This record gives sequence, structure tokens and C-alpha cells, in this order.
Amino acid sequence: MLSKLIETNKAPFNKVDVDPVNVDIIENALSNAREEMDAVLFRTAMSPGIREQGDCFPIIANRDGKMVVGQFGSFIKGFLDAYTGQIEEGDIILTNDPYLCNAAVSHLPDWIVLVPIFKDGRHLAWSAMFGHMSDNGGMVPGSIPIKAETVFQEGIQIPPTKLYKKGVLQHEILELILRNVRTPQWNRFDLNALIASCRTAAKRCVELAERFGDDVFNSTMDIILERNLIAMTHIIKMIVPESPRVFEDYICDDGMGMGPYKLKCTMWREGDKAFFDFDGTDPQAQSSINFYLNEELFKMFFGSFTINMIDPQIVFNDGFYELVEVRVPEGSILKPKYPAALSGRTHALGRVFDILGGLLGQGAPEAMNAAGFSDSPHLFYSGYDDNNEWFQLFQIGFGGIPGRPVGDGLDGHSLWPGFTNVPNEFIEAYFPLRINTYETIADSGGAGLHRGGNGLCVAYEFLNNGKIAIHDDRWLTYPWGVNGGKPGLRSSKLLIRKDGSQEYLAAKCDDIVVKKGDVLYFNTWGGGGWGDPLKRNPELVLTDVNRELVTIAGALEYGVVIANNAVDSDKTAALRHKISTERPEIQLFERGGTIEEIKARCLQETHLEPPKTPVFHAAGA
Amino acid sequence: MSYRLGVDVGGTFTDLLLINEKTGETHSAKVPSTPQDPSIGVLNGIDRLSAVSGVALHNIHRVMHGTTIATNAVLTGKGAKVGLVTTKGYKQVLQVARSFCPGGLGGWVSFVKKPLLAPLELTIEADERIAADGSVVRELNEHSFRIALKALHAKGTVEALTICFINSYLNSNHEQQARQIAKQIFTDIPISISSEVVPEMQEYERTETTVINSYVRPEVANYIDNLQAALVDRMGESVLLSILRSDGGLASGSSAAEKPVNLLLSGPAGGVTGAIFFASRGGHNNVLTFDMGGTSTDVALIQNAKARIRRETQVGDVTVRSPSVDVRTVGAGGGSIAFVPELTKALRVGPDSAGAVPGPAAYMKGGTAPTVCDANVVLGYLPSDVQLGGAMKIDKQAAVNAVQTIADAMGISLMAAAEGIVKIANEAMLGALRVVSVEQGFDPRDFALVGFGGAGPLHANAMGILTNAWPVIIPPGPGVLCAYGDATTRVQDEASRTYVTLVKDINEDKLLADLSTLHIKASESLLNDGIAPAELLVTFQVDLRYIGQAFQLTIEFALEELQQKGVSLFIQAFDKEHTQLFTFALDDGHEVVMLRAVVHAKTEPIPELIMKHKGVDLKSAKICDTEFFFAGQTHQAVIYDRGLLGPGITVPGPAIVNEMDSTTVILPGYEASTDSVGNLLINSIKGSNYHA
Repeated sequence: MLSKLIETNKAPFNKVDVDPVNVDIIENALSNAREEMDAVLFRTAMSPGIREQGDCFPIIANRDGKMVVGQFGSFIKGFLDAYTGQIEEGDIILTNDPYLCNAAVSHLPDWIVLVPIFKDGRHLAWSAMFGHMSDNGGMVPGSIPIKAETVFQEGIQIPPTKLYKKGVLQHEILELILRNVRTPQWNRFDLNALIASCRTAAKRCVELAERFGDDVFNSTMDIILERNLIAMTHIIKMIVPESPRVFEDYICDDGMGMGPYKLKCTMWREGDKAFFDFDGTDPQAQSSINFYLNEELFKMFFGSFTINMIDPQIVFNDGFYELVEVRVPEGSILKPKYPAALSGRTHALGRVFDILGGLLGQGAPEAMNAAGFSDSPHLFYSGYDDNNEWFQLFQIGFGGIPGRPVGDGLDGHSLWPGFTNVPNEFIEAYFPLRINTYETIADSGGAGLHRGGNGLCVAYEFLNNGKIAIHDDRWLTYPWGVNGGKPGLRSSKLLIRKDGSQEYLAAKCDDIVVKKGDVLYFNTWGGGGWGDPLKRNPELVLTDVNRELVTIAGALEYGVVIANNAVDSDKTAALRHKISTERPEIQLFERGGTIEEIKARCLQETHLEPPKTPVFHAAGA
Repeated sequence: MSYRLGVDVGGTFTDLLLINEKTGETHSAKVPSTPQDPSIGVLNGIDRLSAVSGVALHNIHRVMHGTTIATNAVLTGKGAKVGLVTTKGYKQVLQVARSFCPGGLGGWVSFVKKPLLAPLELTIEADERIAADGSVVRELNEHSFRIALKALHAKGTVEALTICFINSYLNSNHEQQARQIAKQIFTDIPISISSEVVPEMQEYERTETTVINSYVRPEVANYIDNLQAALVDRMGESVLLSILRSDGGLASGSSAAEKPVNLLLSGPAGGVTGAIFFASRGGHNNVLTFDMGGTSTDVALIQNAKARIRRETQVGDVTVRSPSVDVRTVGAGGGSIAFVPELTKALRVGPDSAGAVPGPAAYMKGGTAPTVCDANVVLGYLPSDVQLGGAMKIDKQAAVNAVQTIADAMGISLMAAAEGIVKIANEAMLGALRVVSVEQGFDPRDFALVGFGGAGPLHANAMGILTNAWPVIIPPGPGVLCAYGDATTRVQDEASRTYVTLVKDINEDKLLADLSTLHIKASESLLNDGIAPAELLVTFQVDLRYIGQAFQLTIEFALEELQQKGVSLFIQAFDKEHTQLFTFALDDGHEVVMLRAVVHAKTEPIPELIMKHKGVDLKSAKICDTEFFFAGQTHQAVIYDRGLLGPGITVPGPAIVNEMDSTTVILPGYEASTDSVGNLLINSIKGSNYHA
């Protein structure tokens, strides 16, 4: 560790035995503190992205920087490895630089605040929180330029920097940073909120140490980490096979005419240890769709997906990290070389979850989910309003949760923890647009014994001239179905101009000029179906038809014939028999064709030219 | 002679309290609840109460009632079939439900959503649109609306109708117009429109709230009508029935039936108002309350003898926009089940509960799982070796067997396991108490702690140690406290509207006019119930935030204050409270989100009934000796009869104070005394050095 923590009190912590009940109490209290971090942030943040959508993630870590409670795993170790300065009580560190913190954050708009927690002159723990800022400067409003070729085009890079030194705010640094963003007031307030949130956690840790004793508190954090290690040891043996298993998925395109890009992962186990090797993943892209995947973050994805089965109340943390090894090839789309652009990493980040699902699911198809809404599509809309004031809207889209072992996928929901939509009445009150339609798209969820959730259609009518940018994926490749379930419907973006002309927009585009009265139909994709649709109870299909979630034509995918508001049993039986005898054997994964087949139909089906097969140059060249 | 009657219908028992309005003398009764038709239990209780007190029924002039009937309709999914009308394009507003999946990363994998309270097949759209500034984008297309309504009506299943249009919180004309048309087609069912039920921004929350209103409305109206009729039958035409609302105010029967969404937390509100009643009479105006029942615990913070009000209410997984006493609920109660997950070996308590059936193992109703109650039996806090008046029979061995399974799983002793279970439950309650205190910027040490409910007094002393909120107060009749609350509150109503205007842009003349309009609107239901205008008192509230914030604070003010100081009054009050909460305030950007008028009726205060020394000493109040386990060792303790304890007697811990419906534990190092209004006050004995 290069960086150094300065402690005025050198007394070492002693490892002590802790009454098991006290461990549970401290575990609960830390969980509460983490919840409180979110609560403080939501109540004090200002930008809609954080306060309404909850685009942020908290951490409380032990002295070594291991996350004891939190969401996405600790980046602190990576940060400490990269930071060369000294850290003292009262310091608060800010960074947004993926390349200088081992991808603790994976693009520049995510700002992290890190607070070392001290008690009586000794370093006790860490708290950290990151939040997605509305703007980070750079080429385009919202700072996620699709066509960026280097990180320099993506706005200000903040290396790990002391925003507070020994409790004193470094005003000039703050003003320097805020001068470089388009939404200084939002960022200022959101940053305040991140700090308030971390300070709350610090206060709670000190209180707990006061109540139980510093040594007990410190030792308990280790015990809580140990619990995860024990639990995960069993889980890994249970679900990770010794023989290698492979799964591939794609990012449809790079926004600059090439695609799809392949993500490939091989999983196997040696003794207690699980390996995930991304060898075979495509090299880094020419645009900003690269996702610098932090290995520890991937471990967290893996662990959180599996541990819930054993003890849902467990405080989930980093304790099991030594049981998992993740290998990501340098210069690949998952580990691009500096200064590659990476702001549009949301698609690959989401797709990693589909990869994980596909890998784990092969061994236990009954427990596997179909491909889900593995993305956070973005819409940006900015310009000057009637009062000549700058407006800048950032919206995250939601779509179809996949068909799952537990039942149908939810329609128009979020796969990300804590995310919610921004209420339309709120958007209309504060931004010059009107949302004419906000409903799910019938038949967009893949047919299955358990139906995939429908994607969402949001029709934005722009009330001012301005520019929009769109980031979406799965417009080319399908959200796959499993165990006989069908793929979900892909995403699409249709712009209808005030004069009636219409235009299908690319899934990734920016600087699109819109005029007052133009309407954008932002259609997200549906979840894949789960299980054989011919086995779905026809009455359930009828109910979905009555609810307009499935159409009468869509019901035919289930082999269900509906007439006069009722299931026609005879015709249904006949159709189901016909389909089952004529269709090919059911595959574990239904991807809607090979890449070549999909590309061949692309223009006709999507009204967009298929992307060209990527050509790679040596990275950094 | 004039009496008022407080009635609280709970899940297991219906509690009644009769108060003589002249002398303050009380009589109480507890009868089993009758969930099929709760009014039967109420009437049974009234008959019982009349028999034991000798009070003739026609002397009862007011019946004040806390009811969980609306709550239960939601929790059991047995409300009305609700039809919904939305703006075109918004039919699936409830289906999408703001896209939220609860749980952490991967929470969506197991999330199963409950059926919508207004199903999509009973939802239709109206072609109309109001803009975000309240102007009309598109008039309501009456023709197509009628056709859709008729088709909905033809389905024959709709029992209540809801109309919620986009931006109707700014302009309610289209909703009003739609209701007029709907009335011609749906002639015999209640119709709720969102601009009346909750004229606030956010389409999902407003729709959900209005739908819930429709969902519980037929059942609540039916119940209130029947009860009213039965009461008139027994007590005469002059009897006035009022219902306790979630915000702790009373509503007339008819107003409650129209907006039943405001009754969802009627039950817990009764407990809080009851706690305020006794604590404030004992001189404690700042208290934390904790009401521990069988399956959960409700906590609240009381400042200046007033409960804090929250603008939303949660029942099960339903959240609605209606004001309620800021009660936080945790899934830790006497019936909460303890377990040890195999891999992590952690001790977990709840959220599963043994409920009333099969119940804790000690109660011998078929339960075998170890519960918090069983741990209390094992530790000796709920004595089983003596038969106590009114208490349920307890099988200690059954409790020991149950708790032993935890001890074995963790590899610790029986007593350590039992103490662990109680500690974990206490910690969960502490978490909730911290949410209402520390997290809102309040220091628990500045408060007293009031423990009540079936299990509250058992845990109250320990909770005092954890929170450092002293004294710990056990009010008289902790098991019928809700009925006290019901009987001692005031009739109240409110009117509000979304304002969304920067403070600096406010025109003060227009503001005063708007407040006056709200004042008139809020007074309506009270005036309709025959309360004289001179009897009405009004306070105003404004919800403020910094522009862009999700959070808002409610500032209360009187009209005179506003006239004197102007709107800077709001800014000063807001900045002060924001600083207390979050350690900072901003120079500008203050935005008024909501305006509100709250009108309540003056009521005659109930005379204080001063407790007198009962003429017995501590020794005579003793029932027997016992022992209990605390902090790793067994202590010799004495059981006392609360009925014989009066002012002037101090009970030293370790001790147990017993009464008909409740058991109070006094831990070693602590003592309890009785104050002049009958509260039991627990404090530490000076110089004692016991810790939890």
C-alpha cells in the first residue's frame, strides 16, 4: 500500500472474542447505518438522477478497505493501491477517474467521496458513497458522448483529490471542478449530499465503537466478513462446476457503425476457488462503449446473485473475495487501455449480468432466468427554454424483467436496486416537455410458460427546440429466452416530426436536433420468456389479453386461440399440437438466430442498417 | 351525567374505555374482537361495560373510535373491485409502479408483485389532457368517454370507481366533469376523484392513493353506517360517532366514510395519542413511544405533546399519500420467531411471526417455534410459576424446549440464547427508535420513553438503557391505551393544495387569499356535522424545500404571524430545521411545495383524576417472590400488584409489576415509582452500575 494513513494515536487494535449476539447486533446496526446513508443522500441531493432515481451506491468498510456493508463492493483497496499521498483525520477524498482507482468507478460522471473514519486519533473504518452527476463537462450535455475516442472528450478527470484537508474545504479545487461542468449547482448540492451521507456513516461507526468498545467493533467487522466467506465457500462448491462452462453475449454496436462486440466468459472451479476468465472477449472499441470492469465488482455481482438463497438477511460483503478469481484481458472492451473513452459503459455493465445468468444457469436450467433488462438506457434533452435558461434532462429508461423460475417478468421495471422512474408530472413541471404516453408494449415480453416482462413505450413531446441524445442497446441482438421461452422484442426509437415525417433513430446517437412539437417514441426492450409457452395455462394468456399486455395475435405464440373474449379450446389444442410437432427441438437458450441471420434481416426489421463487423487495431496505437 | 366512550378494535381484542366527562372517572373493558363484523365486538363490549359500570347507555353522548377496518381490508386483500379511469396513455400507471423492484442487487429475481388494487381489465382511458401549468391541452372527449364507461359498466363487477388524470392536482375541472358523466352511468357506487382525495403532484402516488380510497370505501362506509345505527338504537339520536384518523385527529363518521384512505393508521394513532395523554399529564411533553404488540412494534416521536406528522402512510407494501402520525413499524413483536440460518450461524429474529395462531410455544396453542415471548418466559420476565390474574396460562417447559433449539444451533447455553433473542428484538426496536429520533436530528436523551402494548412494558426498561431516554413511562392500562387515545382527541379536518412556487416569487396578497380558501374548505365537514363556527380553530402549514430537493419540511404558522413577518417567516423556520437535520442550509432557492389548513374543534378537557396514596405499603403490594435472568446471571425478584401501588411507593428492581393485561419488568439497578396520574416511572437507582 503506497498511501499512508496518519494516526495520532498509535495504539494497535486487539483482536478480541465477541459475543455472537453482539455480532448480530453490530451487523444490524451497520445495515441500518447503510440505509441511513441512502436516506440522507436522497433527502439532500438535488438532481433528479440521484434524488428520484437513486443512482448512487454506499459503502462502509473496515480499516483495510474491505466492504462490510454496501452494495457494489469495495473499491477502496484499489484506490489505496493507486493513491500515493498521506491521509489524515478530517480529509475527504474525491475522485471520478476510473484509470486511477482500478475502475472503482467506471466512468467520469460517477463521483466518489471517500471518508476515513477516525476515533480518538485512530483510523477505525471507511465510508464512501458515489453518485451519478448530471454533468461532467466534455463534448455533450450529460457527458456521455457516444463518439468520444478518448477519455479527454468525456469531461473533467478528477484524480484522487483531497476536497477537505484536515476538515477544511479546498474551495479553489471545488470551484475549479465545478467550472468545468454544465450543471454546477446540481453537482455542488449532490456533492454536499454525498459528503453528508458519508459523515452520517462515520458518526454511526464511532457511536458503535463507543457503545461496544473499539476492539469489539473492529473485530466484529472481521467476523462479519468471515461469515460471508463461510457461506460463499459452500455456495461456490454447490453451483460452480469443475469442468469449464462458457457463455457469450453481445453489445449490439458502438454508435460509430461497428458491431456487435462479443463478451465471453468461461467459468470453472478448482478446489474452493471459482474462476471467471473473460478470454475471448473482443478488444476495446473505438467509441465510448468500453466498460472498465473492476474484478472486485464482478465478484460482488456473482456473490449477491447467489447468497440470497442461503440467508437473505445476511449483511452481504467482501468477505469471500479470496474465493473468486476474475481474469480480464488487457486492452479488451472490458479492460480498455488509457486513455480509451468509457463513458457509455452502461450497456456492457448490464450485459455482464446476462453473462452471469447464462453461465450459472447452464448447470441448473430450472433455476435460471431469461435475459433481462440488462441496461440503463439514457435519454438526454437539453437546450435553452423560453426564458433563455439552460435546461438539461437526464432520464433512465426501464424495461422488461425476464421470465423467471418464480413467475412472469414484471412489465417496465428496473433491474437495478433502488432505481425508480422520475414522476412524469415532476418532469413536466420542471422541463419543457410533455409525456403523451407511458405504457408497456404489448407482446414485447418473450412468450414462455412464464412470460417475459414488457418493455416500456414513453412518448416525449418536446415543447422547446433543443438537442437530444440516446443510449440504448439490444436493438440488434435479442434478449434471449430460456428453456423454450422466446426472446423478447428489441428496443426501438422513432422520432415523429411535427410535420408528420418520421425517422427511426439509432440506438446510440447524440446531437439530434429536435423542434417544438416533435415526438420521440422511446421504446425499450422486453424480457426473454422462460419455459415452453405451449405449457402456459390458456386462461392466463386470456387474462394478459384482457389486460392488453398481450394481443390476440400475440396469444398465438402461446398456441392460444382467443375468440369472443374467450379461449377457443379446440382450436387452441389443435394449434398447440401443430406447433409442437413442427418446431425444432427446444434449446436451452433461444437467441432469435445467429448474428449473420440477424444482420441479414436488420434493415427490414429495424429500419436501420446493420453495423459492420468490428475491425480492431492494436490498442493505444 | 355525560360520558364519552373510546373504542379501539384490534386484531385480537376490542378495548373500550368509558370516561365521565365531569369527574374523569373511567371504566374499561376488553372483549374478543369479531373480525367477520367488528361492530359485533364493539356492541358486546358496550354491553359488558354498561353491566360492570352501571352507567346507563343513554348517558353516553360521544363515541370515539379507532379502527383497523380500512387497514385490514388492504392487508387481507378483501377490498372492493375498483374501476380506474386515467388520462389517455397512462392506463398502466399502477402496473409500472415507478419501475421499482425492492431488495438489493438481484432483488428482482425473487420479487413477486401483489395483484393491482385496480386491475388493468377494469381500467379505461379518457381522452383529455391538462398541461403542467394547469392549462387545458385537450378537452375531455365526452363521447368516447361515455362509450368506454358503458363498456366498463357492462362488465358488471366494478364496486367503486376512481378517476385520476395527469396534472389534475393543478386543475381539477376534467376530473369533476368526468365524475358528473360517470355518475350517470355508475349510479349506485362511490366515485373518488384524485383532485379531492389527494391534490398533490406525482401521478403514481396520487392514483394509488385514490384507488386505495375506493378500495376500502364500500367496506368502511358499510361498517360505519351499521355501527352508527346500532349506537343510535342503544344510546339515542344524540350520540355522535367519530373516527380516529391516521394523523391523530377525529373525523365525523360521514367524512371518514368518504375519505377512508385517511384511516389506514387509525389504530397506531390511537396508541400514540393515548401515550401523549398520559405522558403530558405527568409533565413529560417530549417522549418517544414504543407500542410492542404480537407481530410488530410501532414507534413515534412526540415533541411538545404533539406527534410528528408524515405526509405518507404505509400499510403492508402499499404506500399512500395521506397524512399520518409518523409511526415507524418494525417486524419485531412478542410473537416474532427466532432462527439460526445454517451457513452463517447468525441469530435472526423475525420478521416471521407465530401470530395469535399457532402462537408462541409457551401459550400451548400448537406453536413450537421459539419466539420473543418464549425467550421472556425462559428468562423469567413472564412468570409461569404463579397464576396471575387474567394472564394467559404459560407452559415454561414448552418455551424452554423451543429456545433450546436456538441454543443448540449456536452452541451456547439456554439462558444465553434466550437473552440473545430478547437483545436482537430490542436492537430492532432501537433501530426504529433511532429512525424517528437521531436520524431526524433529535437526541433521545432529551426525551422520556413510553412503553405500552401487550409486550412493551416487558422490554421498556431495557429499551431505556439502550436509548438513554429516561424516565421510562408505563402508562396506566398499557393494554387499553389506544382506547384512551380515541377518547381524548379532537375533531379535525384539513385541506391542502400543491403550490410549487419559489418563496421569492410569492405574492403575499394572493397567498392570504389562497389560505383563506383552504380554511373554508377544511372547515366544511366540521360545519356539516353541526359544530358551531366559533368552536373551530385553524392552523396553517406550508411544506418547503430547496428547489430540486426530494425532501420537504412542514412549517406550521398562524395567520397573524404571516401578516406580521411576511414570507421570510418560512425561510427562517426552514433553514433552522434543515440545519438541525443535515448540518447545512442554503442562501436561496426556497420553494413552497404545499399549502395546508388544519381545522379542529375545541373540546372540553377531561378533568384530571388524581391518584391518591392507596394506604398500603410496598410489602402489602407484594404477590410473591420469583427469579429472573439478566446480564448473564440469575436475580432474586419480587412480583407486585400494580393495582395496589400508588404515589409515594417506590418499587426497587429486580422486580415485576403485574396487572390485568400487562407485565412490567424492573431490572436490577432500576426502580419504579407511581406519579399522580398513575404512570409507572422507571429510573436508575443512583450509584448503581448495571449495564445491559
